[in-house]
Amino acid sequence: MKKETWKELTIGTINLDAGNSVKNLTGTWRSGKKPQFIEENCIQCFFCWLYCPHSAIRVEGEEVKGINYDYCTGCGICSVECPPKEKAITMIKEEMKLAGGSTE
Amino acid sequence: MAKLKDLASMEDRLVAGHGMCLGCGIPLIFRIVLRATEDPLIIANATGCLEVCTTIFPRTSWNVTWVHSAFENAAATIAGVESMYKALKKKGRIPEDKKIKFLGVGGDGGTYDIGLQALSGAVERGHDIVYVCYDNNAYCNTGGQRSSATPLGASATTSPEGAQSPGKLQRRKDLTKILVAHNIPYVAQASPNRWQDLYKKAQKAFEIEGPAFLNILCLCPTEWKYDESQGIRLAQTAIDTCVWPLYEVENGKYKINYLPKEKKPVLDWVKSQGRFRHLFKEENAWVLEEYQKQVDEDWEELKKLANL
Repeated sequence: MKKETWKELTIGTINLDAGNSVKNLTGTWRSGKKPQFIEENCIQCFFCWLYCPHSAIRVEGEEVKGINYDYCTGCGICSVECPPKEKAITMIKEEMKLAGGSTE
Repeated sequence: MAKLKDLASMEDRLVAGHGMCLGCGIPLIFRIVLRATEDPLIIANATGCLEVCTTIFPRTSWNVTWVHSAFENAAATIAGVESMYKALKKKGRIPEDKKIKFLGVGGDGGTYDIGLQALSGAVERGHDIVYVCYDNNAYCNTGGQRSSATPLGASATTSPEGAQSPGKLQRRKDLTKILVAHNIPYVAQASPNRWQDLYKKAQKAFEIEGPAFLNILCLCPTEWKYDESQGIRLAQTAIDTCVWPLYEVENGKYKINYLPKEKKPVLDWVKSQGRFRHLFKEENAWVLEEYQKQVDEDWEELKKLANL
């Protein structure tokens, strides 16, 4: 990312680029475990979407479609709160990977 | 009744990429609260976890107009914004039918302690604002110092447990009651695990003319020291033990929104959290007893106020 100097800053450092934090990929914080989505068990209750702290549940066309690993930090709330007996989200092991928290 | 599917199709006003901890309770609260109104929203945010984590310069997680406030004056900031809106409307520079909602946000440090007088002033003056306090029981953004919302017996960095101390020695301040004493139109206590209840309360708060206050229990795996995946279960325990009763006070009328089928002992709430671990030592048994006594007292008083 190119460092900005004070000359480029807006007056009062107002940020006009609303919602630009989507460039921060919090998924790189995950260590050791990640959720796995099993579509055939999903009852579309949306609890995973509701309780995900990092907005990492993919919703497309009014349906839960899976997990966005760019943002998922692997806290596991989705898996615990998934209501069906045969859970649609289970936590699985994940190999360590190199960190790099930005798309830029 | 609102459906999650419909809420999920609404635009996110707080987007991904923020720096809040694994299993943090704050985004869950605001996912619901920010969807409770479709009007444009202006937010003033006191210093705290939410403010720091969502606006790491040059990034922002906010999709709405958002003003940073110092620790003590989020309520004063949003009151000022609301006053300007009224003034500009009077002058005809904002169309008469344009509706904007105003939201002040702070953690328990910025609301119970440092921001209390600004909040008290703003609601007393009767500004048409909503103030939401996410109460995570400590100054969690700065390493977990005790606040006046920290419960009795909890270990915090400025009230640590040890040979000389069983954790925090003072009783938790009941801020919701303080706000009720301001005789404002709407005050409520909510928890993210009862999302329907939270959604309804937030909707009511935005609709009501005049000041409204929501005090919302906020999970903090970092400072409460529990397994972060169990957060929603823990919030359920908080309302089942009546440590965090769900109720609302509308124009002075109390209503309890959740009556546990069977009131569970405070022990259930305490046992899964590391910050209370020392209470199981023999010499600290009295603290747990005292905590239970206080919760019982508050619950009985609340039931009386709600005519139950």
